[in-house]
Amino acid sequence: MTHGTNRSRTVSAEGVARVEGEGSLRVVVHDGIVSEVSLDIFEPPRYFEAMLVGRHFSEAPDITARICGICPVAYQLTACAAMEDAVGIVVGDRVQLLRRLLYCGEWIQSHALHVYLLHAPDFLMCQDAVELAEREPSVIERGLALKRTGNLVMETVGGRAVHPVNVRVGGFYSAPEPAAIAALADPLQRALDAALATVNWVAGFDFPDVTSSYRFVALRQDGRYAIDGGRPGSSDGLDVTPQHFAELSVEEHVARSTALHARLDGRSYLTGPLARYALNASLLPGVVRNAARAAGLGETCVNPFQSIVVRALELVFACDEALRLVAQYEPPAPAADAVVARAGVGTGVTEAPRGLLLHQYEIDADGNIVHARIMPPTSQNQLSIEEDLRRVVEGGLDLNDDDLRWRCEQAVRNHDPCISCAAHFLDLKVEHS
Amino acid sequence: MSADTAVVRPTLAVWKFASCDGCQLSLLDLEPELLAITRAVRIAHFTEMTRAHVEGPYDVSLVEGSITTDDDVARILEVREQSRYLVTIGACAATGGIQALRNFVEPGAFPAMVYAHPEYLRALDTSTPVSAHVAVDYELRGCPIDRFQLLEVILALLAHRRPIVATHSVCQECKARGTVCLAVLGESACLGPVTRAGCNALCPSVGRGCFGCFGPSEGANVDSLTQWLRSHGHADVTLARLLQTFNAAAPDFREGATNLVATKVTLGAPPRSRKERL
Repeated sequence: MTHGTNRSRTVSAEGVARVEGEGSLRVVVHDGIVSEVSLDIFEPPRYFEAMLVGRHFSEAPDITARICGICPVAYQLTACAAMEDAVGIVVGDRVQLLRRLLYCGEWIQSHALHVYLLHAPDFLMCQDAVELAEREPSVIERGLALKRTGNLVMETVGGRAVHPVNVRVGGFYSAPEPAAIAALADPLQRALDAALATVNWVAGFDFPDVTSSYRFVALRQDGRYAIDGGRPGSSDGLDVTPQHFAELSVEEHVARSTALHARLDGRSYLTGPLARYALNASLLPGVVRNAARAAGLGETCVNPFQSIVVRALELVFACDEALRLVAQYEPPAPAADAVVARAGVGTGVTEAPRGLLLHQYEIDADGNIVHARIMPPTSQNQLSIEEDLRRVVEGGLDLNDDDLRWRCEQAVRNHDPCISCAAHFLDLKVEHS
Repeated sequence: MSADTAVVRPTLAVWKFASCDGCQLSLLDLEPELLAITRAVRIAHFTEMTRAHVEGPYDVSLVEGSITTDDDVARILEVREQSRYLVTIGACAATGGIQALRNFVEPGAFPAMVYAHPEYLRALDTSTPVSAHVAVDYELRGCPIDRFQLLEVILALLAHRRPIVATHSVCQECKARGTVCLAVLGESACLGPVTRAGCNALCPSVGRGCFGCFGPSEGANVDSLTQWLRSHGHADVTLARLLQTFNAAAPDFREGATNLVATKVTLGAPPRSRKERL
């Protein structure tokens, strides 16, 4: 809605759609100058870090999966990494490669969902993917088939797509039969072709001319495009252990949000596809780099609206990587390494589809959790998203209110925020005073 | 949504309360059937999927999540008022979900453990199922729900018939698919005998005991199971933990856990409140 005078107006939007969870967005404009931007998250708190205290370390993967139904594998595998760090074990290569395959499935599922169902309709002026499907049914069907392939990988390795059951600290409950993994190759090959077509499709969208000087933070994983682990690094030279990163990143609780706001050395930063691409693009295989070149993307992408192109490139990568992992699959035997509890603190980091995820646990000698800290991507990205919104509003004051509101929603969706993870989403109020 | 075609389609609304979004995602996970569904029903409200909002009343409302704020309490009454059929999807909406663990500790204990300023929060001390607030026409179980069961419920409602969804136990699903019994093998504590079917005995099929994510089956005898498992070497604390996860506040599981001596140990520091809040 809008009201205002020559000098001022108010635009509001309630319940920003096509993001996971519930939140709202408020922008105050005074004499053409944006004076306040806030992303208010009213997702009701569920207190995961408190619920975990007193539980056994082996329960953390399944409990924390329930933080987010869109990226449960990220939660499960980050919890595993943290617990394995706490008890001082490193899982075998076969387990780690199977985890990476499972994680590729989640990237395919989550990115296909975001690109086709949540984000693309914005660029084509559709309310949703159903409206888009009426115009371009074969495109949406291609997106749904991609998403299905991601789910198929998760079902084959994890047992089911939402909250997989086969993941445990130390490895898996059982190793999938080689024939079941081999059967993923054909659908993944088709998904790879669909992902390449996706890059071509989204690269043709009209992007608002908005750029930002992000401070990118992503994991670096020995010679590979990071997914299932690595060392936190930044575009301004940070290169630290996960433990050190946990110390450097400070979360603040502000009155308007049940998501905490993270700062690194007191400053905002951005994780997710743009950050991963900026730090690790050189590690992408030729098929992805060629697609990036054809899409007109340089070594970094600093237009948040083009994150959809980067996400599409990561779809290509995840399909290609999954194919590679399928081809070289050898079942881990045993399916899980033995895990013996000991008192300690452990930190785990992985790249969830929407950004860096950190878990840190302290456990006692009996394996009971004494303290838990979970830093989801959205709380780390929140300040950067607000900075984007400020830029978008400043550059969009000539738009009418409905268009400005839509543009703001889009600026939020650019970062695929998972609000149920961070509350720890969206109601837009642009107040012009 | 585009304009309606000549045929008036029934309206479907999806509402979210405290939850992880995984159950509503199950609707989108019906990939090959999704577009057919949207041709059969009009999606009137579904914030995860669309900006569009159609005012009620609605033929079917799917409700995900548990009630944890005063706003939720008021909103669920509005949803009920506006809906011909109200169907809850998932463990959160049916039993309070994992976040109902707060019901077992002193009020305020959990917020203080997570937030620097608990006074900023506007949340209730309890997480309660939708049925504690309004009449529910159908509860679909699971953490998460099974997408094919969801499809069956939608089809049944469109045909004005009762959904065909099993109410027996996971134990029977194991027998039907020929999975060797893990509890009898003694390898794993398993809630299969007291847990509602619907997953096709997924966990036992990967060699792990059922952890009860679909909640209690009809006529579940939890005490009998826990006694048997205890006599086969499983510690009370293990059994209490199994019962106190995604359906901790479901009456059968709650009582089963209460009857185990180790329950207080499970939830760590804060003792269970004397006040019964469910």
